[in-house]
Amino acid sequence: MTARRIPRFAWPAAFLLALAGLVTTLVIKARTAAPDPAAPTVTLIAQDQPTGGDPLRGLRPIIPAKPTADHTMFEALKQDFPDGPAVTAACLTCHTEASRQIMKTAHWTWICPRAKKKLEEEHHIAIGKAEHIINNFCVALPSNEPRCTSCHAGYGWKDKTFDFSDETLVDCLVCHDQTGQYKKFPTGAGHPVYKKDFPDGREWPKGSGKKWPPLDLSHIAQHVGPPTRTNCGTCHFFGGGGEGVKHGDMDVKLANPHRSLDVHMAADGMNFTCTQCHTTKEHFIAGRCFEVPAYEDRQFALRGVETNLLACEACHTTDPHPNYPKMNDHADKVSCQACHIPTMAREKATKTWWDWSKAGDKKRKPQPVFDTGEKDYDVKKGEFIWVRNVVPEYVWYNGAIKHTFMGDKIDDHTAHGDVCAQAHGDYDIMDPAKPAVLINRVQTGYDDPKARIWPAKIMRGIQPYDPVNKTLVIPKLFPSGPDAAEAYWKSYDWDRSIKAGMAYADLPYSGEYDWIQTEMIWPLKHTVAPMDAALACSECHQPDARLATLTGFYMPGRDSNAIVDTIGIALIIAAIALSLLHGLARIVFRPKGNAA
Amino acid sequence: MKRVKIYKRFERFWHWMQALLVILLALTGFDIHFDWGLFGFEKAVMLHKVFAWAFVILIAFAIFWHFTTGEWKQYIPMPSKTFAMVRFYLVGIFRGQPHPVKKTELSKLNPLQRLAYLGLKILVIPVLVTTGLLYYFYNDWEALGIESWPLAPIALIHTFAAFAMIAFMFAHIYLSTTGHTPLSNFKAMITGWEDLEHEAPTG
Repeated sequence: MTARRIPRFAWPAAFLLALAGLVTTLVIKARTAAPDPAAPTVTLIAQDQPTGGDPLRGLRPIIPAKPTADHTMFEALKQDFPDGPAVTAACLTCHTEASRQIMKTAHWTWICPRAKKKLEEEHHIAIGKAEHIINNFCVALPSNEPRCTSCHAGYGWKDKTFDFSDETLVDCLVCHDQTGQYKKFPTGAGHPVYKKDFPDGREWPKGSGKKWPPLDLSHIAQHVGPPTRTNCGTCHFFGGGGEGVKHGDMDVKLANPHRSLDVHMAADGMNFTCTQCHTTKEHFIAGRCFEVPAYEDRQFALRGVETNLLACEACHTTDPHPNYPKMNDHADKVSCQACHIPTMAREKATKTWWDWSKAGDKKRKPQPVFDTGEKDYDVKKGEFIWVRNVVPEYVWYNGAIKHTFMGDKIDDHTAHGDVCAQAHGDYDIMDPAKPAVLINRVQTGYDDPKARIWPAKIMRGIQPYDPVNKTLVIPKLFPSGPDAAEAYWKSYDWDRSIKAGMAYADLPYSGEYDWIQTEMIWPLKHTVAPMDAALACSECHQPDARLATLTGFYMPGRDSNAIVDTIGIALIIAAIALSLLHGLARIVFRPKGNAA
Repeated sequence: MKRVKIYKRFERFWHWMQALLVILLALTGFDIHFDWGLFGFEKAVMLHKVFAWAFVILIAFAIFWHFTTGEWKQYIPMPSKTFAMVRFYLVGIFRGQPHPVKKTELSKLNPLQRLAYLGLKILVIPVLVTTGLLYYFYNDWEALGIESWPLAPIALIHTFAAFAMIAFMFAHIYLSTTGHTPLSNFKAMITGWEDLEHEAPTG
């Protein structure tokens, strides 16, 4: 027999050798994962560190470049500017193209420029804050301009008559001020407080006794530079009418964040400015604009070759976890944000519920929700729910968000629970038995190759609608213009304010209004946490965990089949039970005198 | 009675290694499936992967061994004696009747063992390994041209086969006590030696 020639230890020894080989290979591979030459990423540098761990080690914070021009030296800026447009006129004497560049962008038009053509073909309209967009915060722009446009990169958009072609009306300072002093007055249609109008300052909020001092425009104009986090935050940290209200991942804390809040923008870390990712070309700043995704491809990109670095993959490549191939495998269906933004509104609260129908109760006393000043009620605005450091909701998202536009017919009879199976209760008091309008929605799912699971803040609330025309209505909230007396914040009369708002927006109003629940999705993208704070597998791979409400796919650990499990367990129990019975029977019926 | 070397060294090593890996794979696999919290999802997945690859290597060696030694013939069913064997387990064993099929070096498995182990070798284990590999290489389905397949059936078949494997294991452990003495099979699988009735018919 040939088998006899093989030493008797051969088989087990060979197996053990093979096993040892496998383990050694795995260990060596994990220890010395070869860097991808095409991927100079943060994680690559982490691999160079023998102990792994902190990906920031070896990377230096970005030190702002020293400018080649000292703006305090320019004669054009050494003057006592009466107002903002005068400053802009001075800027334009050197930066001759600046206003014309800005005027093509959404920061000026409040209309998505890239989307314009496509959307005009698709919807026969242009869209943006300026046109057709409606939300469930302060509802819509028309008739409320002077308040809303305090965040317009311009001066004086107080009503429809605003001249969008006047280059001196562009506000350079709001984005380029480096002193931190420049602030647009909340109801000034984009103007700050001027010495000529308010030499002693201007009061805000009304009746508070707090004064906004007039600005030293000459000093500010002489201290300008590339936009900082604070510049962008002047508006974007205050979306929805107050700090942190709208986004759930943006508030004043991002101006100077700790590493735990934002690993990229950390002042003591990489110190990214917003434009590091929101790359800018000729004043056009990359980013999502309503229905238009922020980027189309998720690929490694070279700065200078590709102008859009918004996708995480642009820097981190598509295989950012060198030692965890299974984590890389997730990237086809799970966004980076899903695991790396563990909670939303981590340091400051965000609003998740806004019930306009409760507004106007002058006797109700607003109660503080958090120690940072958030209140549960505002007589002008209604009832709120605020949350801080909470688990977000998760949605399938492909970068595009579909909108319900002003004047679109809405469904005011189908119960919300029949349309949307999302669990409610933590962040809102939405009634699933009543209808709800999805003001924006992510119309996608597992089968869309571009869709991935994203964390999102979902804003819910109750707002007025026209039950006859079946449209969401635009109330005039802010008292301005000839019909200032009609505004809700003056009259506290919804009928009058809706009449005024709809007439201004040139939309039909039946004269009847009612209240309807609404919902809006705000995907979370900021406040990416350090690596060690990323979610553990079990945060999702468990029944009733973070992804409990997402359907259409099988997920290990979360999903099971009751029939398979029942039959399987029954098989095992049957095997054990029959064995026991059989064994018992053998003992009972043991033939006498038999050795067995 | 004759003392014979019934299980060779590799065979015993293979058997116990397989037993160990099956138990470890079941513990980690069901920890993933039922969220027992034994290892936690992340560690359980990692361990399951390591044990699974070890199992695949062991299977490769076992297949080689079976074919080079000719031991595969031990699993050829014996239809004519199968019923007698069933009858023995249901009736004969309680009356102290002898095994209807003699155990010899050249035929060490009884007809039911042959059927059960053959089923394990050509059905349960291949299904477990195939679905396991598909499961693990889920992200490469596109390259295999099967990207339109849903994951659920693969996952559920894998889970069901795992249940079947564990049910087999319990039955197998119990039936090992039905040998010459309750521990004779067990001892044989450890030492390799077993006292067998002489091959020549004894009155």
